Amino acid sequence: MDLGAAIGLLFVASAGAIVLGLALKWVDRKVTAMVQWRVGPPWYQPVADVAKLLGKETIVPQNARRTGFLLAPVVGFAATVVAAAILVGVNLDPRASFVGDLIVVIYLLTIPSLAVVIGGASSGNPHGAMGASREMKLILSYELPFILAMVPAMIAGGWTFKLGAIIAAPAAGSAWLTVAKVIGFVVALMCIQAKLGLVPFDIAEAETEIMGGAYCEYSGPPLAVFYVTRAMLLAVLPALLVTALWGGFHFGSVGAAAASILKFLLVVVVTVLVRNTNPRVRIDHAMKFFWFGLTPLALVAVVLALVGSAP
Amino acid sequence: MNWKVWGLSKSPWVYHVNVGACNNCDIEILDCLTPRFDIERFGMVLVPTPRHADALLVTGGVTRQARPRLQEVYRQAAKPCIVLCIGACACSMGIFADCYHMAGPPDKVIREVDPNAIIAYVPGCPPKPEAIIAGAVKALQHTVKALS
Repeated sequence: MDLGAAIGLLFVASAGAIVLGLALKWVDRKVTAMVQWRVGPPWYQPVADVAKLLGKETIVPQNARRTGFLLAPVVGFAATVVAAAILVGVNLDPRASFVGDLIVVIYLLTIPSLAVVIGGASSGNPHGAMGASREMKLILSYELPFILAMVPAMIAGGWTFKLGAIIAAPAAGSAWLTVAKVIGFVVALMCIQAKLGLVPFDIAEAETEIMGGAYCEYSGPPLAVFYVTRAMLLAVLPALLVTALWGGFHFGSVGAAAASILKFLLVVVVTVLVRNTNPRVRIDHAMKFFWFGLTPLALVAVVLALVGSAP
Repeated sequence: MNWKVWGLSKSPWVYHVNVGACNNCDIEILDCLTPRFDIERFGMVLVPTPRHADALLVTGGVTRQARPRLQEVYRQAAKPCIVLCIGACACSMGIFADCYHMAGPPDKVIREVDPNAIIAYVPGCPPKPEAIIAGAVKALQHTVKALS
């Protein structure tokens, strides 16, 4: 792929991810409202939120580190855009995949969480520091099971780090391999819940305890950038899950395209329903859940995949 | 109407400040969030910090202890930010008008900081959730006129 095409893909993918993310943010709020037997916000609500935040005053607290405070949201946004571009490019043309792009995407999707840590820690607010420390602990807890959950996909794709090869791998592998991928999918689903900062794991921005945590001191445009980044993650993380562990997106025929969109929406709605039917857990409970609950489960998935791929 | 004002009128995030209320108005504010009244229909969401707020819901007459704190919360809120005085005490001090420990109604206390603050009043002891929603809508219409 030449440079011009890559830049074009970056722009198209970022615009697409913003629009899709804001739409999914509305789906999230509307489904939440339906679960709670309410009417919920109108369809343009996330757009209005972003427009309003962009038009408001930017306050930098006196104790804050100005550079880190204002740079953190932009860093998170940039990483999410690049991850979105890689996922879109790979799904449109699996041959465009390069060696190790799965690893690149996993790394890029850690950066938004790190941006939250930087922003919270540089805001000069005790609640922000608290939120940053909790977010850091969450990253340490969910990254290991998340990466382990991706291993069955790598094995099923023929011992590869290329997302294109993982998509192109034949769906009908051995039964053990399928079971391993299903277990990996469930583990990864729980991990993206924490990556998105949705309710059972919204410990880092607990409104009722630490006043929004890392986002506590943000106002106006920087908050809007965080808002858009989180909306984009709501689109990008389920897309990664579908790409790596559920056969990827195919737009060859109408049926295949409809199936791809349904898979994607199903992952999003399951995430929203999990968020609506669970209370917030404590940070030590979350760490125990990820380390002693999900990590062994992901290891089982890896072993099953190894058994399944043995000749 | 430009896009900034449109966004503000469609997505007012509210922050709840109790400066000496008896908790009755606060319960009515929480009623607005319940499925029966559902103020998220209008894009209103309760936010945890004044930095995110577009509207301060002030309840109660301001006590001397709360006066500097209310002024600080208003200063810390990102502008433009409107103030909604909810309940008889917040509008006119109610039965506490002559008490020794009161510093004045919230509108007077906030005007000391910002003479041009946009302030709306919802009377009642306590006001019904319907009244609060009607007051919020009128305040937003006024804000749209004032800013555009």
